[in-house]
Amino acid sequence: MTEKLIIIGAGQAGLQVAATLRQKDYTGKILMIGDEAHLPYERPPLSKGFLKGLVPAERLSLKPAAFYQDKAIDCLTGVAVTRIDRRQKRLRLSDHSEQTYEKLVLATGSRARTLDIPGIGLAGVQSLRTLEDAAAIAESLRPGQRLVIAGGGYIGLEVAAAARSLGIDVTLLEIADRVMQRTATPHLSEFFQKEHASQGVDIRLNTGIASIEGKGRVERVFCSDGASLAADTVIIGIGVIPNQTLAEDAGLAVNDGVLVDEFAATSDPYIYAAGDCARHPNACFGGLVRLESVQNAVDQAKCAAFSILGTPQPYREIPWFWSDQYDLKLQIAGLWRQDDQVIVRGDPATRKFSLLCLRNGALAAISTINNLQDFLPAKKLIAAGACLDTAAASDPAIPLKTFL
Amino acid sequence: MAKIIVTTRTGEISEVTGKPGYSVMEILRDNGFDEIAAICGGSCSCATCHVYVDRDQLDRLAAQSEDEYDLVSSTDHHKPESRLSCQIDFSEALDGLRVTIAPED
Repeated sequence: MTEKLIIIGAGQAGLQVAATLRQKDYTGKILMIGDEAHLPYERPPLSKGFLKGLVPAERLSLKPAAFYQDKAIDCLTGVAVTRIDRRQKRLRLSDHSEQTYEKLVLATGSRARTLDIPGIGLAGVQSLRTLEDAAAIAESLRPGQRLVIAGGGYIGLEVAAAARSLGIDVTLLEIADRVMQRTATPHLSEFFQKEHASQGVDIRLNTGIASIEGKGRVERVFCSDGASLAADTVIIGIGVIPNQTLAEDAGLAVNDGVLVDEFAATSDPYIYAAGDCARHPNACFGGLVRLESVQNAVDQAKCAAFSILGTPQPYREIPWFWSDQYDLKLQIAGLWRQDDQVIVRGDPATRKFSLLCLRNGALAAISTINNLQDFLPAKKLIAAGACLDTAAASDPAIPLKTFL
Repeated sequence: MAKIIVTTRTGEISEVTGKPGYSVMEILRDNGFDEIAAICGGSCSCATCHVYVDRDQLDRLAAQSEDEYDLVSSTDHHKPESRLSCQIDFSEALDGLRVTIAPED
């Protein structure tokens, strides 16, 4: 009998599971079920080129429609899975139909975290996760309008940069004492704060959003420090939460994410999980972590596919991320930790430099700003656990690849 | 219709119709060349759309940006004719472009 695999979630991870399986000649049936109305699309441009009108929606598709036909990947879009019956290996769907599976992949992703504050439901108050969210934001960003962004993570900062290029008045509230607090070294936060300030963004640190007022539509934002700001649009960019309810209700092990091992296997031998929704052991982090990135979605999905094929390979990829803000191209590889020794490589004033994070003398992470030549060699050095001489590594005239 | 002649890693040669206004990466991806991973979606961040352009055609392309050169030149399989296909905007003027998909890094 032909095996039937169902993938819940039609995002980057869901697609990659299917694509890798077909690439490796998997002969089972594949059905991918997604609750969005679209076939898998790229999310990164939503906070960058798409907002600026540079990347139209039709160029966001990860694969053309013909791909799914050619590869015999059945897709159900605009339909949610509402229940997993693990005993019967059966799914119930939001359209009241049912599907049975032999193997299941949870690629359910994450959703934008929201705030329980007065006025959160007003028109003009937006999260940014889906194409529809981005289209609504793009629609509301008109030159001269006032935008308030809650959250100084990547989404908030990228939207701020896009909005400034469109001539929007931007105030960004960050509840911590620096932007990108979770993922970036303090040096990097400071560099980006200065950059945004010089581009005209009013950054307010140690400041949250207390309430929003308006008649049907947002008119005013009240900050945690008592200040009030006139606003036409508010974006809540305060992180995401994993979509784990289905797994939890089905009795799978979860803990801020569906728990998987290094082979993307959940606590049920017939169920795998990958991408934003999966908490996994990661050597770069030194424990269990959930990563919200394209790289993780792609590589962990491949890992799940290899497990399904019966040729398991542990997930050992070096995490990496990128962000484009103004003319700054930020690339990060590895996972920075607070106790890492940070070496500045190059002069930040030139807007082309790298920050190397050493842990016990070995390169553990890198951030490059407009300095792509360091990125791939650093990834290899991190993977190799290479120890660097700090004086030599801080000299940008010595290519990083010479340390390999 | 403008064409691109593509050589895969296994040496298979085929011809595809290029869509003017799209990048060469998008055209390769949409024509099913799954050796082109293009993980970053064309933002010059990952070097997984690395191709070699026929040397005698290099001068038909717009100059490489510093970002693109910095990234592609740090790959293991860099050659003078290396380009990131996401950074080549296809147009009718590039009819007959010959590219070879570079080995995986």
